[in-house]
Amino acid sequence: MPETPLLEIKAIDAFYGDFQALFGVSLSIAPRQVVAVIGANGAGKSTLLKSIAGLMQPHRGEILFEGNLTAGAPAFDVLRRGIALVPEGRRLFPSLTVEENLLIGGQSGRPGPWTLARVYELFPVLAERRNLPAPALSGGQQQMAAIGRALMANPSLLLCDEISLGLAPIVVRDIYARLPQIMAEGLSLIIVEQDIAQALRASSHVYCLQEGRIALQGSANQLSRESISAAYFGV
Amino acid sequence: MQWLNVILQGVLIGGLYAMFAAGLSLIFGVMRLVNIAHGDLIVLAAYISLMVTQSVGIDPINSLLIVVPAMALLGYALQRGLLNLTLGDDLLPPLLVTFGLSIIIQNGLLEFFTADSRRLQAGLIEVETFQLAQGLFIGALPLIQFAVAILVIAGLQVLFYRTALGRAFRATSDDQSVAQLMGLDTRHVFAMAMALSLAVIAIAGVFLAIRTNFDPAIGPARLIFGFEAVIIGGLGNMWGTLAGGVILGVSQAIGAQIDPGWQLLAGHIVFLAILAVRPQGLFPRISG
Amino acid sequence: MTRVEHATRSSRIGVVVISVALIVLVLAPFWGDRQTLRLLAEMFTFVALASLWNLLAGYAGLVSVGQQAFVGLGGYLLFALAMLLDVHPVAAILIAGPIGALVAIPVAALMFRLRGAYFAIGTWVIAEVFRLLASQISALGGGSGISLPASVVVAMAPTRQAREFEIYWLALALAVVILGAIVALLRSRHGLALTAIRDNELTAQSIGIDVWRIKFIVYVLTAFGTAMIGALIFLQKLRISPDTAFSVNDWTAFVIFITVIGGIGKIEGPIIGTIIFFALRQTLADLGSLYLLLMGAVAIVVMLWAPKGLWGMISERLGWQALPLQRRLVTGKETGGKL
Repeated sequence: MPETPLLEIKAIDAFYGDFQALFGVSLSIAPRQVVAVIGANGAGKSTLLKSIAGLMQPHRGEILFEGNLTAGAPAFDVLRRGIALVPEGRRLFPSLTVEENLLIGGQSGRPGPWTLARVYELFPVLAERRNLPAPALSGGQQQMAAIGRALMANPSLLLCDEISLGLAPIVVRDIYARLPQIMAEGLSLIIVEQDIAQALRASSHVYCLQEGRIALQGSANQLSRESISAAYFGV
Repeated sequence: MQWLNVILQGVLIGGLYAMFAAGLSLIFGVMRLVNIAHGDLIVLAAYISLMVTQSVGIDPINSLLIVVPAMALLGYALQRGLLNLTLGDDLLPPLLVTFGLSIIIQNGLLEFFTADSRRLQAGLIEVETFQLAQGLFIGALPLIQFAVAILVIAGLQVLFYRTALGRAFRATSDDQSVAQLMGLDTRHVFAMAMALSLAVIAIAGVFLAIRTNFDPAIGPARLIFGFEAVIIGGLGNMWGTLAGGVILGVSQAIGAQIDPGWQLLAGHIVFLAILAVRPQGLFPRISG
Repeated sequence: MTRVEHATRSSRIGVVVISVALIVLVLAPFWGDRQTLRLLAEMFTFVALASLWNLLAGYAGLVSVGQQAFVGLGGYLLFALAMLLDVHPVAAILIAGPIGALVAIPVAALMFRLRGAYFAIGTWVIAEVFRLLASQISALGGGSGISLPASVVVAMAPTRQAREFEIYWLALALAVVILGAIVALLRSRHGLALTAIRDNELTAQSIGIDVWRIKFIVYVLTAFGTAMIGALIFLQKLRISPDTAFSVNDWTAFVIFITVIGGIGKIEGPIIGTIIFFALRQTLADLGSLYLLLMGAVAIVVMLWAPKGLWGMISERLGWQALPLQRRLVTGKETGGKL
């Protein structure tokens, strides 16, 4: 039985000045679903996430979240509606400690299961380093802190922009191993990844972007290696 | 002993200068904005206090209960309505708009109040003095004002490092877009910072008005004292700013003792010397 | 063969218009009355001051609210040279330039340690220091100031009318020379570097332009010109005091408003701005501080909603240029040459 999608993107175009980064991109995600967006560098993956999160406004098309139009809403408003972004490169606040970074994630006061205690339970290493300035953490720990920070906003939809970037494979596996725990309360996830294998393992549905267009979409376990390569590289 | 008195007076007025500086350095820290109208806003606060004391009949210290919230509200409106529009990569708009604001405030006050010199009467505490030691005197008013300066700076530190608002300030200052992603409306955060700055300005303005004669034209000099205190002390460090204010105050006091015409010059020369020899200031924490 | 062409159609017209205007202005003593001459001379000094400020702020990105330091320095140099050293007033004006530039060197060395708005306030501090120092010099009137003695005044020219003509032509000549120098600078290689700095300083630096050195040179040259203008201004006023010599309102606020309203970063801006400013002053005369208030408000409005100023709006809409400052590569084919 088809559920109403949690998020529905209908044919959006996105521009950086005169440069068009997305061409008529459509995507939908149901509650409790993990969707992966893959593609080469410059394909438009981050642009897509930024458009959903409200950091960029699409020039055409619609974005509907829980049935309401969000395209055009500023980022702080989008967060309050329940979409949180873990930005590319982590981007923790360097002037704040680990704990302060987490606390500020929760400053919008959205009700929900995620609390400081809960985040420390998920990522114990953060509890050990809670009073250190954020830049003192290793890459993997920073990524955990960035995810924890986004979770503190109690979102219904979590956007993860290249969380494996710059991290050792073992660290990446460690983080991805916690996805089930993260989703246990009914969260949906859109993960943008360059690590295709990881993306396919973690998600149920995959979209492949190529030069701003959806080149392929389908169930993660049904798409063949060849079709993914073709879509990824545009061969 | 006389020199000790001189230095003591210099230290105490340094507290007032530190208050001038605190508001300036606070908004620079949060939004990289330097408000050229800062000094004129201090004078505006003095005039508002004058109006309040004259119409309501309370003394200047109690007028703070009205002046501080009034100025804070003005700061919020000013940032939200005007200054937020100037923020961006270009440094000209905020500079020129606040310069225009400075001219507007000065001339507005001139039109409304004339160029006559005024003073706020605070009553007996103006003349009370304590004797600390043989030949060493300290006025009640300068002492209170110094204590207030320390309280203000301590208060700002607590606010910045122990409260949610302070976290919001620091986060927004670090990374505006990610702060937005956290649900912070940066327009509101900036406006709160300006409101806070003007609240501090209000306190400084009232104490200034009790201490000396004021008229619409003395704003720029207060801006300069605040600015010098910030640079001497080092950017990004509130206690450094207090030290900067004290150094400035003491320099001026020593200069005045040598020759009254040298008071201001002595302060400027010390400032320029520190700029020449240690441009990052004495206790810097961030870079300009 | 390719070469760089500076002129455009509108700039050719502009040059003709300006040339005609210049001829008319040179002959002004013969068709204008005393008041007109004084007004025009004042306008010339403001065009020059504003053009120099525009060069500093609009091209080199150095926003100074302390140029009154050099105006006052020039004024005091005139009085010092003429009164204490018996130098002819006109010669004093010419000497004020290099001395102003020399003083600017250590000032710049200090001020360049500050950035952005802090640099601006720093320049204000320097002006204050100059003002305080001037009021310590009793030989030049100390805090209350001094008037130019009759002997010096007469040394310029025997009759009052001759003096007024002389000052008028000096003001016109100074403005023309300064503007000409600015145009020449902007047309040169250094001017190209300056325009690059104006457009994007970081990029300019990354392509190898020595931004610091150019800013330094521009600051020193601006001081040169500003000091000469200051000397001329106070020769006309015949009296100097620390407060008038180093007045922020007169020498910085008005200059800034003129440049903002006319158009920052465009050489025609200060000229247009001065015309507007004086037209407004004539019509709104006697409003005193209300006039300054109004100017401040207008400057804010312009800065927020028309940041390129009046000339900026016009030249963008219509593509006009009054002076040949464009750079266009012209290839051999276009000129019809064989190469």
